[in-house]
Amino acid sequence: MMGGLVILHLYPRLMNLYGDRGNVLCLVERCRRRGIASEVRAVEVGQRLDLTDVDILFMGGGQDKEQQLAAQDMEGEKGGLLRAAVEDGLAVLAICGGYQLLGHYYRPASRPEMKGVSVLDVTTLHKGSQTSRCIGNVVAQWEGKTLVGFENHGGLTYLGPEAKPLARVVIGYGNNGQDKGEGAQYLNAFGTYLHGSFLPKNPHFADHLLRLALERRYGHASLEPLDDDLEMTAHGAAVARARGDRRWTNRALSWLKG
Amino acid sequence: MKAKQRLAILCGKMAGMASRLAGGGGTTLPGWVAQAIHPSLVSYLVSRIPQGVTLVTGTNGKTTTSRLLATILSDVHFIPIYNRAGSNLMRGIATALVSQAHLDGHFRQPNQIVGLFEVDEATLPRAIRETQPKVVVATNLFRDQLDRYGELDSLAQSWSQAFKELPQGATLVLNGDDPLLAHLGHRISIPIIYYGLETEGMGTLEHAADSIRCPTCGNDFQYSAIFYGHLGHYCCRVCGTARPLPQVRAFHLCRHGIQGYTMELGLPGGGMVVELGLPGLYNVYNAAAAAAAAAALGIPHHHIQNGLKKATAAFGRLETLSVQGRRICLILAKNPVGFNEALRIVDSDKEARHLLLVLNDRIADGRDVSWIWDVDFETLLPHGASIVVSGLRAEDMAIRLKYAVPEIGLPRVKKNLREALYSTLEATSLGDTIYIIPTYTAMLEVRAALVNMGYVSHPLMEEG
Repeated sequence: MMGGLVILHLYPRLMNLYGDRGNVLCLVERCRRRGIASEVRAVEVGQRLDLTDVDILFMGGGQDKEQQLAAQDMEGEKGGLLRAAVEDGLAVLAICGGYQLLGHYYRPASRPEMKGVSVLDVTTLHKGSQTSRCIGNVVAQWEGKTLVGFENHGGLTYLGPEAKPLARVVIGYGNNGQDKGEGAQYLNAFGTYLHGSFLPKNPHFADHLLRLALERRYGHASLEPLDDDLEMTAHGAAVARARGDRRWTNRALSWLKG
Repeated sequence: MKAKQRLAILCGKMAGMASRLAGGGGTTLPGWVAQAIHPSLVSYLVSRIPQGVTLVTGTNGKTTTSRLLATILSDVHFIPIYNRAGSNLMRGIATALVSQAHLDGHFRQPNQIVGLFEVDEATLPRAIRETQPKVVVATNLFRDQLDRYGELDSLAQSWSQAFKELPQGATLVLNGDDPLLAHLGHRISIPIIYYGLETEGMGTLEHAADSIRCPTCGNDFQYSAIFYGHLGHYCCRVCGTARPLPQVRAFHLCRHGIQGYTMELGLPGGGMVVELGLPGLYNVYNAAAAAAAAAALGIPHHHIQNGLKKATAAFGRLETLSVQGRRICLILAKNPVGFNEALRIVDSDKEARHLLLVLNDRIADGRDVSWIWDVDFETLLPHGASIVVSGLRAEDMAIRLKYAVPEIGLPRVKKNLREALYSTLEATSLGDTIYIIPTYTAMLEVRAALVNMGYVSHPLMEEG
């Protein structure tokens, strides 16, 4: 039996727009099935953040107003702690609004700019309420495997030289709908627009996070393979659903073009 | 009357006939055609209804509240003109009006008819402009289909604007237990009737709860009772914002399992005992909403009491069918808060052992299925139930359950709905109850499948 892991859920009540907590449930359950003990801690706005024995930090998305509160809260001590921990190899997963806050800033359409914590070299802009949101099923390529999820974001994210895209979009918009990039990565910190929830249907990525965390804490990681038939069937079904969407869009477009 | 209006009504009616001949329901096409010919037809037709129009909107409970109000109105011998469940965009409202109007734009028995329309949340501002309603009922605002409606706050903003355009003499009926709606009410000068529950609530907030922060100052609300989602008795310790005292309140609730409730209803000018044949706390809210709307329309109390007693569940919201000596209980659930309530209804039946969950991701269901991760399966799934999952996203539901309650074993995945129904029925014995929880389009498919499979002889069409 391997020793335990500590998962910190940052703003679980404030930033849980659509099923983001499924990611934490997934990490916990995948540990449990392998006999790895895990502990989940929650930190909300105004509460002290202590990252000393934390192995994985998770943060979900929120509406503009909630995201604003989180941004203000992180501007204080939390941001600095988080930057230092990431430099030290902390595994981080942030979804959607959480991803945006890991960047330098998010400029919404009609509200004041939100400062991010600059863990990732990315910036996010909203081009105004007249531009349509990026909504739909996504399939992306990550290290020879696919990642699936559902995206729904108004902000467009652009990467600077320090960040590399997490995955390459096959179907969907991804970061900005232009450069085919989806999400961003710096050391062991990851941001993505995919929810669904993200990890349950991408068990290979969930295990990647667990592996990084175990290696950092124990110097080595041996993850027993789990029976992921159901997870991968769901993964496949999501790919098929995204392809179906694209087929219909193409048909509609070709019909319009006559 | 102008020729163009006449033409619009005529073409709308013809489109309806054509649609029905082609096997469709004709629930939106007539309105779409009529509005294409005459864009302000709805305004014109509602101006011919002297009793005026009532609009019902909100994330959950629109259809049931409308139906409850319709039975109350029928008890007074009013004839409600209402749109079909699910056809709650402007074209659905136009369809209802066009199909009831004469070609000359008049209605039969104009003094007895009333307009009663359920309205999609995003359509409410336009519906207010075009129908100039006498009463607007808002049941609640939960996160639902973000891919369609956008964020809750922007929706609330647009409602707030629309309420300011309500005509003189209009009344707003709001769920006072919903902090977001009560906040909208604080800023408006027209008459408001709040309704709410006075009973014991749950101890903790559901994971699906939103709006738990004070909209005035942003601090967390303190709840002394939580009923479901973020509905409850709340107050803000920082700025003092609190639940408004409701003029219409349900109290002394006595739950009779899936049979429904006996409760007392306090109304301006007196109270009454109500027997409600609908289970689930959300239906208590729907009954209170309908009673409050009826009170706003000046309907005498005994009609409210009779109407609520006579009401049956709205279209597929909660329906019991008999199939081969088994009872099938169909409970629509389209978002996490509704799903939690559906599971609570199942859980109130201690014998509940057979569950079929059908998850679709069509546009009307919401294309994003991640909301199932906010359903509290961990605490609400009945122990020892045998579970079949089906629908376009059956696998998503299956992993959700796998990660929720690992001990119960994997649910059976039957993507094909017929197979799922067979498989579920096969595992039952005579007298058992099967609970089916579908999303919206899945509910339509379940009904169609039961007819096609010969389990139900008559086509399950919506009444009315």
